[in-house]
Amino acid sequence: MPDAARSEIMDAAGLNRTITRLAHEIAERNRGVENLVLLGIRTRGLPLAERLNARINDIEGQMLPLGALDVTMYRDDVYQKIKQPEVQTTEIKFNIDGKTVVIVDDVLFTGRTIRAALDAIVDFGRPMAIQLAVLVDRGHRELPIHADYVGRVVQTTAGQEVRVKVREIDEQDRVYLVEAKKER
Amino acid sequence: MEFNRKHLLGLEGFSREEIIHILDTANSFKEVLSRPIPKVPTLRGKTIVNLFFEASTRTRISFELAQKRLSADTVNFATSTSSVKKGETLRDTARNIEAMKIDMVVIRHGAAGAPLFLTQCVDASIINAGDGQHEHPTQGLLDLMTLRDKFGDLQGKKVVIVGDIAHSRVARSNIYGLQALGAQVGLCGPSTFMPYQAEHWGTEIFHSIEEAIEWSDVLNVLRIQLERQEKGLFPSTREYRRFFGVTRERLEHAKRDITILHPGPINRGVEIESELADSEFSLILDQVTNGVAVRMAALYLFSGLNKETTDA
Amino acid sequence: MAAKLSTTKLERVLFTGGQVVDPEHLTQKKSDVLVEKGRIVDVGQFDGGEFDGERIDINGKIVCPGLIDMHVHLREPGREDEETVESGAAAAMSGGFTSICPMPNTEPAADTAEVIEFLKNRARDLLVDVFPIGAVTKGRKGEELAEIGALVAAGAVAFSDDGDPVSTAGLMRRALEYSNMFDVPIIEHCEDKSLSENGVMNESAVSTRLGLPGIPGISEDVIVARDVEIAQFTGGKLHIAHISTANSVDLVRQAKKRGIKVTCEVMPHHFALTDESIAGYDPNLKMNPPLRTQADVDAMLSGLKDGTIDVIATDHAPHSIEEKETEFGVAPFGIVGLETALGLVMKYLVQAKVLTLPQAVAKMTKAPADILRLERGSLSKGAPASLTVFDPGVSWTVDKAAFKSKSRNTPFEGWELVGQVFGLFNKGLWWQPGQ
Repeated sequence: MPDAARSEIMDAAGLNRTITRLAHEIAERNRGVENLVLLGIRTRGLPLAERLNARINDIEGQMLPLGALDVTMYRDDVYQKIKQPEVQTTEIKFNIDGKTVVIVDDVLFTGRTIRAALDAIVDFGRPMAIQLAVLVDRGHRELPIHADYVGRVVQTTAGQEVRVKVREIDEQDRVYLVEAKKER
Repeated sequence: MEFNRKHLLGLEGFSREEIIHILDTANSFKEVLSRPIPKVPTLRGKTIVNLFFEASTRTRISFELAQKRLSADTVNFATSTSSVKKGETLRDTARNIEAMKIDMVVIRHGAAGAPLFLTQCVDASIINAGDGQHEHPTQGLLDLMTLRDKFGDLQGKKVVIVGDIAHSRVARSNIYGLQALGAQVGLCGPSTFMPYQAEHWGTEIFHSIEEAIEWSDVLNVLRIQLERQEKGLFPSTREYRRFFGVTRERLEHAKRDITILHPGPINRGVEIESELADSEFSLILDQVTNGVAVRMAALYLFSGLNKETTDA
Repeated sequence: MAAKLSTTKLERVLFTGGQVVDPEHLTQKKSDVLVEKGRIVDVGQFDGGEFDGERIDINGKIVCPGLIDMHVHLREPGREDEETVESGAAAAMSGGFTSICPMPNTEPAADTAEVIEFLKNRARDLLVDVFPIGAVTKGRKGEELAEIGALVAAGAVAFSDDGDPVSTAGLMRRALEYSNMFDVPIIEHCEDKSLSENGVMNESAVSTRLGLPGIPGISEDVIVARDVEIAQFTGGKLHIAHISTANSVDLVRQAKKRGIKVTCEVMPHHFALTDESIAGYDPNLKMNPPLRTQADVDAMLSGLKDGTIDVIATDHAPHSIEEKETEFGVAPFGIVGLETALGLVMKYLVQAKVLTLPQAVAKMTKAPADILRLERGSLSKGAPASLTVFDPGVSWTVDKAAFKSKSRNTPFEGWELVGQVFGLFNKGLWWQPGQ
């Protein structure tokens, strides 16, 4: 993608500050983190959840149970793809009954991924509450879903895409907007 | 990974990458099986028909469970006796399937090539659940998955398939799959159980179980069909056990860690010592669990190319 | 479909300008052929200035004795849905044959004079001559000899239990002894069923890979070996049907050197295809004997070349679509062959320089005529005028939908072959494709 087509939303430092703020908000809203568990949605929600967890530990002195959620099996667009999306492993090695589950993802867009995540979570148990933390909310919701914790709200057009890069996967931290007309 | 096959007819011709992709996908589905609610909506709305022209309890149950775990709608059509004898041809059955708007067909048939034949008559994806003496690809995949769970990479591992290779579809799928993953394959059994020109597969051939055990890391022990005795392919189960039976004594003599697989159902005390099937050498129960996971992966991956409309 | 092809009755005909291939002398030269009242008057150059018969210009075409297929299955009586004498004859004409010899494995089997007479009658008004082959044993059951003498009197030209071998060595001995009195050959389907068992294709690396039960080459070889010994012992005439293995060709070669009265035939599919082609489980590649290996194909070619293989026949075996459109293992054995034989011979034997054109023609005319003692295969003065005229230079594509046979079970669909039938003359009748 040529640089001209990009516009920066966050650099590495900005991303770091946003995570810190989200960690504070989560702890504040829940009056501590006693009953919380984190579920990062694969692929990039997972490293973000890990960082949030580390920051929460800095603040509250406690690591939360953290799981990885792959929602491919719950997607409602499986039949509309020519190629089957790759299925990755879900790892939730703790009981979520009665817990407050915080779903962590990179970008909130149509809401369909979160819908799939909610379906997946209820197959694992009956949490007391489910909350959603996202790095970027780019609008264009197709379902009645909202985030409880938002790093940045970005106004976008349908033709744009928000790209989140994290160093765990992409060897850099940044968030930017591209003009891309890609199949979704 | 470019995975764009529509049918699973056999493992012959599958690349290492393709097989690993299926096995990785199977690992993801295996996790589902351990959940409190071991079911996902992935294939909701898909209709799958299980066409079993040969009696099979294990494979059919494994496929059905995999389908239920994926929320597919399934229809069972077991015709080992009824309509085939009435003269209904596979072609007629295929026409019915077409009229019923079935998305996938899982077929077990006594004639090699029957699944391929079906691909020529219907639009649905076809999964081969065993065709004659040709292939049984999901069995091959679950054997590979079980060995990968234990060894990781199979490159250079030595696997001997023991038994009636000539009449075994499990053997063929194992040979192709193991070789694709870089394993060395040996075949062991009486010469009457070896297919003509078996050496063209590039496999080692053993007529002594001791030598086979000496060479191998894994023994995949096939079920001996007792009716082969009547056809004069081996003299008696006693003689078979004496020369080819897998026993604890023989394994311990090798003084190495040897893993045992068996596609089941076991003739305890014939091809394998009864106690050994349940021992520390055996991965037979892992095979059963992995069977469901592998079939979920196959159903998921091979349902992909079956949609005319796309939103691309 | 399968209606009788319309022909023209011609009393006096002069075929002008054709290349005459004479299988008796293995020559080919430009000559005219004069025919009167169904007999050949002369072959040579005629100025024919005041000739008042029909002149047919066949400049650039080959004219030779009418082709004979000594191994076909016409399915009548019993399976008229698959083929009849009439539709089989039409297929023969479409393929350039003027004589065909139907095998007796019908329902009922051709094991009585009545069935032989029935077949002769069914063919009476057709251009094609039908020379039936009778069953060696009653009901082809391999138990008691059929009434071979009565069958010969009714018109049977040879005897065979084709589809099965003559069941035992003892019975074969009696069959060869008995048939020898009437100077007719026993045509043997060489297959030891205890070796071929439930096999459906050649036993080879290919059958191993495809998981299909194999028919080993030795199941053919042991019967060839058995029968040449019995032929020597009895002095009877033995003809090996559809030879397919290198070993069998060699056994026949050695037997001929020993002076044993043995002949053999090969089918075009056994020199044009190998078992490798079965990879897609197409039942139209399933026949018995099965397609063999390249080494066997090479042996067929050298056997044709050195004369070990006397005859090219087709084993034309029609089967309904319902029976053939099924799993390979379940489908019946056999393919249709009448309408592709000449094209395959021209392409794979003549163009490939395995045989000269006169040699190839001899194996489809004079050789079968000699074995069956038919007054055919000759262009001598006074011989019955049975002629095949074809254009050796024309390529054409096999289109099974255009077959005159009632059945479509060919593995050669879409193949480009060489040599197109121009016309046939037999029994005083002239026919051209499209007529």
